[in-house]
Amino acid sequence: MKAHGMVHKYGDNVDTDVIIPARYLNTASHAELAAHCMEDIDRDFVKKVKPGDILVAEKNFGCGSSREHAPIAIQASGISCVIAETFARIFYRNAINIGLPILECGEAAHDLQNGDEVEVDFNTGVIRNLTKGKSYQAQPFPPFIQNIIQKGGLLNSIMK
Amino acid sequence: MGMTMTQKILAAHAGLTEVKPGQLIEAKLDLVLGNDITSPVAINEFEKCGASSVFDKDRIALVLDHFTPNKDIKAAEQCRQVRNFANRFHITNFFDVGRMGIEHALLPEQGLVGPGDCVIGADSHTCTYGALGAFSTGVGSTDMAAGMITGKAWFKVPSAIRVVLKNQPAKWVSGKDVILHLIGRIGVDGALYRSLEFTGDGVKHLSMDDRLCIANMAIEAGAKNGIFPVDEVTLAYTTGRFQREAVVYEADPDAVYDETVEIDLSQLRPTVAFPHLPENTKTIDEVGTVKIDQIVIGSCTNGRIEDLRVAASILKGRKVAKDVRCIILPGTQEIYLQALREGLAEIFVEAGAVFSTPTCGPCLGGHMGILGKGERAVSTTNRNFVGRMGHIESEVYLASPAVAAASAVMGCLADPDRIMKEEEER
Ligand code: SF4
Repeated sequence: MKAHGMVHKYGDNVDTDVIIPARYLNTASHAELAAHCMEDIDRDFVKKVKPGDILVAEKNFGCGSSREHAPIAIQASGISCVIAETFARIFYRNAINIGLPILECGEAAHDLQNGDEVEVDFNTGVIRNLTKGKSYQAQPFPPFIQNIIQKGGLLNSIMK
Repeated sequence: MGMTMTQKILAAHAGLTEVKPGQLIEAKLDLVLGNDITSPVAINEFEKCGASSVFDKDRIALVLDHFTPNKDIKAAEQCRQVRNFANRFHITNFFDVGRMGIEHALLPEQGLVGPGDCVIGADSHTCTYGALGAFSTGVGSTDMAAGMITGKAWFKVPSAIRVVLKNQPAKWVSGKDVILHLIGRIGVDGALYRSLEFTGDGVKHLSMDDRLCIANMAIEAGAKNGIFPVDEVTLAYTTGRFQREAVVYEADPDAVYDETVEIDLSQLRPTVAFPHLPENTKTIDEVGTVKIDQIVIGSCTNGRIEDLRVAASILKGRKVAKDVRCIILPGTQEIYLQALREGLAEIFVEAGAVFSTPTCGPCLGGHMGILGKGERAVSTTNRNFVGRMGHIESEVYLASPAVAAASAVMGCLADPDRIMKEEEER
């Protein structure tokens, strides 16, 4: 499994309140959530993002509430993968459970910049920066988690 | 290798004699929780995957607390969906308006969680029940759906930070100050993926309401869970309340911790977290002059009876400052009733505060006290992220009920001790 797209870059402690503000949590519609994705940190995000693009941030991405609306909004906005130095733990499991691939890699998180073109291989954990001709090694998923992502989420994996 | 308290509870629920940090396990759940925001997403997933029954109708709790009483039509539709689901599967612990409270105040009070439990909730502050000696942690809606179907959840066994509490806190220093101090020291990701295990002779000086408040905010340090040992205070609270049998786990003497943090409770001062992160803490002596527009006293962090009592002891016979809106929200119906019976409600209303039915309301910028552009609130809630309580240019200062009540009177961030003393001197 691979992802390929342009980088949208943010800093430390991007919390779930800015990923999808609570004022929009009165709906569970994926399209409506996507329309407000990252609104309180980057008003133009939804205009800029293209299918396949990659979200990159520094430390503790997704801290705050347990709202699955956050990874759903990111996934539904077209983002194919999130790379950060570290993730907040509920965001981490939510992303995996809904089948949104996320990778922890400090070096890539610091190095990658807005507009870089990146290719990610989830099986090996290799992240390639095509713009700068560099590559980085993230920890690949353990088999248990690979299985969840491959089946398209936790529920698909338990119902089969 | 010795195990931490958390590891022992997880091992027992996974049917294993031993677990190690980093190990992926599947554990049996004693309770699965959801609210009016996270349950609709879980129910959609539940239905999408074709599930047709729940694992145990008595071990699911559905609480409509965030946007209730329904703030708008969309919120009403979400609550309706949860209500229909609860009826369809005969969910015993479904709490609707009139019976509901803020989930993390409600579940311990109703005896639905207790010592030795393994609990997940589709709400990040599910870690609150660690105060009772349970392993409980926040998850997302998909985990909730899977939990409702199978009664199980996957976990990566966490390592732990040991937090040793020493001595007795001074007057006006509460559980909120302990946890804000800790987060200020270790940072919002200081305990990421790990447990915070509280211990030490200072624990016995903390009431159950203090412990619930401390465990509640473990997530604000990034922790998977926060947990307290079970002692007389715990058992006095759970006896006659907890519906199952309490199982007491203790950390092994040779349990391994990543690090130890010591806190001398006697040295703590009332503490405030400045915008926009819970780690931006200052003691009340360092805050300077911060004028405020709104006070919120309530939430799953500080909406319990002791919190209301402390606030009332300061507001009694005093007035909320001109140009300040003071909103006080009890955590549950039982706390509401108790506040009425003890005369606290009267004190609040006479002081010029609002006292309403339990709701999360303003805590997450839902309703009942949204902030406008440039407005500042002192709040006893747990998060002060950008836009958390309203406009992205508004500000939230996190503090204890004592500091919040004193600030309501002064119109700016204020030390409760100073107000009470100044008035005595006059
Ligand atoms: S009171 Fe606030 S933090 Fe607690 S459950 Fe409600 S919204 Fe979440």
